[in-house]
Amino acid sequence: MNQPAPYFHWGFILISLPNLVLIIVMLALFVAALVAPFPHGGGRHRADDDD
Amino acid sequence: MRRGRGPIDKADYYRGIRMVPYDLVKELAIAMVATLVVVLVLSAVLSSPDVPSATIQAWAKSDPVDFVTTAATELAGQSETAQYGPPYNTADGSVQSLGAIVPQQWAGVHVAVNAPLDFVLEPLSQSTVGDQTLASALSAFDAASPTQQQKWLNAYIQALAGATLTNEQVTVASGDYGPVPTLMSRLLGLARTGGLDALLLTSDHFYQTDYSKPLLFLGDGGYFIDLAQAQDLTGSQWGMMNETGRYPGQAWLWLYTLWYQLPPFTTASNADLLVVLVMTVLSLALLLIPFIPGLRDIPRWIPVHRLIWRRHYQS
Amino acid sequence: MTEASGGGAEAAPHASGEGVGGSAAPDREGGWTTAVRDRLTRRLSIDELLPTRQPAYVGSWVYVFGVVTIAALVWVVASGTVLALMGSAWWHTSSLGHFFNSIHFWSVQMFFIFMVLHLWGQYWGAGWRDGRAKTWMVGVVIFLFSIVTAFTGYLVQQNFDSQWIAVNAKDAVNSTGLGGFFNVLNFGQMYGLHVMLLPIGVTLLVVIHILQVRSRGVVRPIDDPYVPDAAPGSASGGRAR
Repeated sequence: MNQPAPYFHWGFILISLPNLVLIIVMLALFVAALVAPFPHGGGRHRADDDD
Repeated sequence: MRRGRGPIDKADYYRGIRMVPYDLVKELAIAMVATLVVVLVLSAVLSSPDVPSATIQAWAKSDPVDFVTTAATELAGQSETAQYGPPYNTADGSVQSLGAIVPQQWAGVHVAVNAPLDFVLEPLSQSTVGDQTLASALSAFDAASPTQQQKWLNAYIQALAGATLTNEQVTVASGDYGPVPTLMSRLLGLARTGGLDALLLTSDHFYQTDYSKPLLFLGDGGYFIDLAQAQDLTGSQWGMMNETGRYPGQAWLWLYTLWYQLPPFTTASNADLLVVLVMTVLSLALLLIPFIPGLRDIPRWIPVHRLIWRRHYQS
Repeated sequence: MTEASGGGAEAAPHASGEGVGGSAAPDREGGWTTAVRDRLTRRLSIDELLPTRQPAYVGSWVYVFGVVTIAALVWVVASGTVLALMGSAWWHTSSLGHFFNSIHFWSVQMFFIFMVLHLWGQYWGAGWRDGRAKTWMVGVVIFLFSIVTAFTGYLVQQNFDSQWIAVNAKDAVNSTGLGGFFNVLNFGQMYGLHVMLLPIGVTLLVVIHILQVRSRGVVRPIDDPYVPDAAPGSASGGRAR
């Protein structure tokens, strides 16, 4: 892990592989959070609000 | 928009909204366990970066010519630190301004560094006991006029371009350098023992946690920058975002470092000040989004929220 | 000043203690204490702080980002505490120390990842609506504060990375005139900031942020906004638009 990281060069953008992976993971997580179904066990509406 | 008349009563606010049981504490507990597991796995598998610090001793040992060149420019008052300006001294080589706005100058000197004295003459004057040659060289240098000192130093610095290493000593073509070569070779010797690291740090007193002097001296040399280049940490390589080795760095600084890659920041002498100002404005904009028409309406125009709340909108 | 009435009120039983339906009026001496107490209990009663029900629309994974950020922060502070306890040099010479540094390193990465995801989620949901602008603003301040905290953290690692960051960052800090007061080359100053002052600041801000969210509740969906003063009992009260 202490070896120099590979870099990606697009125009003036220069990004290390670890940083690129991290950003891709973030975008993937956000999209996943938008589309993945959320479990709703026990989510029935209850007539009595006993907070 | 609602008028500021105090908080909206929740029962009123959630009128028409289906409420469901939701265990906040359990959610936090699960989040803590899940996060801990992920962190422990990453720590066990990937560890964390720890490239050992550079020392003046290592510098003197592995690149004595660069060390001596840097030390000579410090003594000549020509190094970046010597010419920097506030907060270190009253020069202006690194003072950044935007028109009449010069906060660096206004702040003044608060971390006093006198390069020729602090980096060369003071440490050497600590080592004169039992070393008459050094003591004489120091007196000769002190006694000479500033013009004479500069003549010696400029000649020596120029000669260093063609310096060689002979018996671990930095040797240059013969010329009129006065006591300078003696001073430099003694400083090199001191640095090789680790004594210069120590003296630059604790020159005033025993306990010290302020590394200003050793770091400024290191920063003036080529050795230090070469180490960083090898780790891809320099600014023109988006260095601010990067970490040593194959580790993720500070991805959240992407916008801050982006400006340094674009004109006019690439060549501006006041690039740092400009970037700070730009980022201050942008941070304020981020802070004030709720009040900025347009920016605050984008979520309406680009309805990502229809995905977030799609089940609610369907029912 | 109010000795006469104050002393008497304390001794007397609660004036209007009906006790029926749990709606007894609190003792009404007036004054600052009552004002503060009323303000706090109105918006931050234990039921408001720890509700057992949420609007059904909170059932989206986007809502998880905030709590994961908090969880990551807990581990950042916990691992940081161990590192501080053992001293700044420990992790360079001890493999257990290095492991705790790794925990600190990766929880910081998690903290920033999920904080930014949370920011994205709140932006696209326009979470500042209906009186929540201050919640958004405190959140942005936490973000900026965290960046500064992380910055001081990188400076106190006491390795090559720290040296390089210090030598380079100094120019930006110096250009603002702050270099004499915030000296990135001064390990002692950066350490004190990183280990104590800034974490206290971040934690305080996070607590305020959480209290803000709890006291106002989760904002309604953009296309199902809050409609004030609708007729009570109206079936479509919240969906007129």
